[in-house]
Amino acid sequence: MTGAAVIEARGVGRVLPGPVPVTLVRDIDMTVREAEFVAVTGPSGSGKSSLLYLLGLLDHPTSGRILLDGEDTTALDERGLADTRLRKIGFVFQFHFLLPEFTVLGNVMVPMRRLGRLSETAMRERAEGLLADFGLADQMTKRPDQVSGGQRQRVAIARALANRPRVILCDEPTGNLDTHSSANVFEIFAGLVHAQGATIVAVTHDLDFAAGTDRRIHLVDGRIVEDGPNRGAPAAAGTVAAS
Amino acid sequence: MAIDFSIALTHLRNRRRQTAVSVMGVALGVGFFVAVSSLMRGSERDFIEKLVDSAPHITVKDEYRQPPLQPVERLYGAGAVSLRSLKPRDEVRGIRNYKAKLEVLSRLDGVAVAPALLGQVILRYGAKDMSATLNGIEPARERLVTQLVDDMIVGALDDLETTANGIIIGRSLAGKLKAGVGDNISVISTAGVVRKMKVVGLFSTGVVAIDEGTVYALIKKAQVLLDRPQTANRLRLRLAEPNGALALAADIEARVGYLAESWQEANEDVLSVLVIRNAIMYSIVGAILVVASFGIFNIISTVVLEKTRDIAILKSMGFNAGDIRRIFLIEGVLVGIAGSVLGWVIGYGMLAGLATIQFKPPGFTEEQGFPLYEGVDQYLIAGGFALLSATLAAYLPARRASALRPVDILRGAA
Repeated sequence: MTGAAVIEARGVGRVLPGPVPVTLVRDIDMTVREAEFVAVTGPSGSGKSSLLYLLGLLDHPTSGRILLDGEDTTALDERGLADTRLRKIGFVFQFHFLLPEFTVLGNVMVPMRRLGRLSETAMRERAEGLLADFGLADQMTKRPDQVSGGQRQRVAIARALANRPRVILCDEPTGNLDTHSSANVFEIFAGLVHAQGATIVAVTHDLDFAAGTDRRIHLVDGRIVEDGPNRGAPAAAGTVAAS
Repeated sequence: MAIDFSIALTHLRNRRRQTAVSVMGVALGVGFFVAVSSLMRGSERDFIEKLVDSAPHITVKDEYRQPPLQPVERLYGAGAVSLRSLKPRDEVRGIRNYKAKLEVLSRLDGVAVAPALLGQVILRYGAKDMSATLNGIEPARERLVTQLVDDMIVGALDDLETTANGIIIGRSLAGKLKAGVGDNISVISTAGVVRKMKVVGLFSTGVVAIDEGTVYALIKKAQVLLDRPQTANRLRLRLAEPNGALALAADIEARVGYLAESWQEANEDVLSVLVIRNAIMYSIVGAILVVASFGIFNIISTVVLEKTRDIAILKSMGFNAGDIRRIFLIEGVLVGIAGSVLGWVIGYGMLAGLATIQFKPPGFTEEQGFPLYEGVDQYLIAGGFALLSATLAAYLPARRASALRPVDILRGAA
């Protein structure tokens, strides 16, 4: 338990209203610290993705609080949440979700251009650097439909890293990839965490992927039933859910 | 390039055919707006110019806006006894002391003034009788207040001064009487005075009612003919600034007491018809742009539907609702701008084509072209209206896009 807390969930619950309210997650207490590589696992419908969307400020908890870098996000309005996502969170989804009209390079530059901190040249240099790091130097001018599935996911990872986020949230990042590409994506994530100190939370069904992470949070029926270090991995802070 | 603009542009670029149809819809609306507006405003201006040029800007008449109270009404008007069958006091017809009033008015800045004595006469030539309004004028002053000098097609206004009992008649009237310059015609007034007068000139204003129903003679001759010595019943003013006629007429009326009628008041009914005509024109052309805006609504709604996943991913990247709304509004504005510019070109081309058309309308002796207004303002109005329509058309789908919850879409896409 060395790094500072990046994301904290305190008593978080999410219930979808309706004639029959549906509980997506309940009583979530967890802390993700800097340079942690966390896998969130569980059966289908256990609330993994819902938890990720709550941690990524894409959804609002109906109870509890989510803190990002110690800042309570409960009071933030839509604009404030969007700004926080822009500056502090990077997403990687199962499907690459690249903008089809933009080139590979253009897709990586989109978050940087929205943030507007860098000059056009600096943005381009950073995007080219990221793509080169992921072996995509010769694919930059291509459109997403002109590159392979594995390459698209690497572009999506580069895009998630573009604004140097505090945490990268991944929803089944290898769910749509073949074994080779999955291994490649995992290596990228592991490299980011161990070499660059990135913080990654990945929802996954992929047991091999989960086994390679530092810490594993297991959900069943919207509750954390297990939270602890993976065997053989360095010990990481975890809070076993009260339930 | 700002990212919002860049995304908007790529959306439109990737739907070239749909975008082109939408742009064309706006362009045609703008083009027709410019062409119809140019025709309408051109004809309106032409009409008003003719109206303003052919008649004095203010006419002081020997009438009162409110009939003056009779002496007995002034004395007993509020009495308990109702007075009936009062005989009005005899008034001298004409403007009292008109020469003094003429001098006062002629000293006003930017004002030329001329007296006139109008009366009905019958013109007889051979077996033909025609009724007309005799205008007794002073040529030197008349040339300053009306376009009669320019309207002369045979002879000159000054010929009235050099020819004893000279008269100037309209070309149409001359045609109907079969009389020409140099012919002596009999002029019979309502006072019963008959004079032989020599036609010294012909005029043509292009307005049939004037060309057939108006004749000119010296005011002194008219006073004799109408048996109204030393009298004028009209003071006609021409202003350097015709649009100031309404205010100046009110001022003059307050000063001289007689009815002072501006050209706007005299033609109020015609001008109100022009206003209605313009309202109809703008409604029809506006309807074209409204139809075009449905095209914009259609394309942007389609883009929003197709791009829900992209909207979700943009929001996950940190775009807020305002950014998303702006992207789709920009798309509407871009279509509006492109349509406006293309529409201006189309409108300009239509005007160039219309300008080459010549035709002879009924009542005209020479070929005429369309009276076109070529001001830049109509292009700006059309463009502004198109831009407004485009923005409004884009607003609804843009608002819908901005309200999309990324989590709903991402859950569905997973």
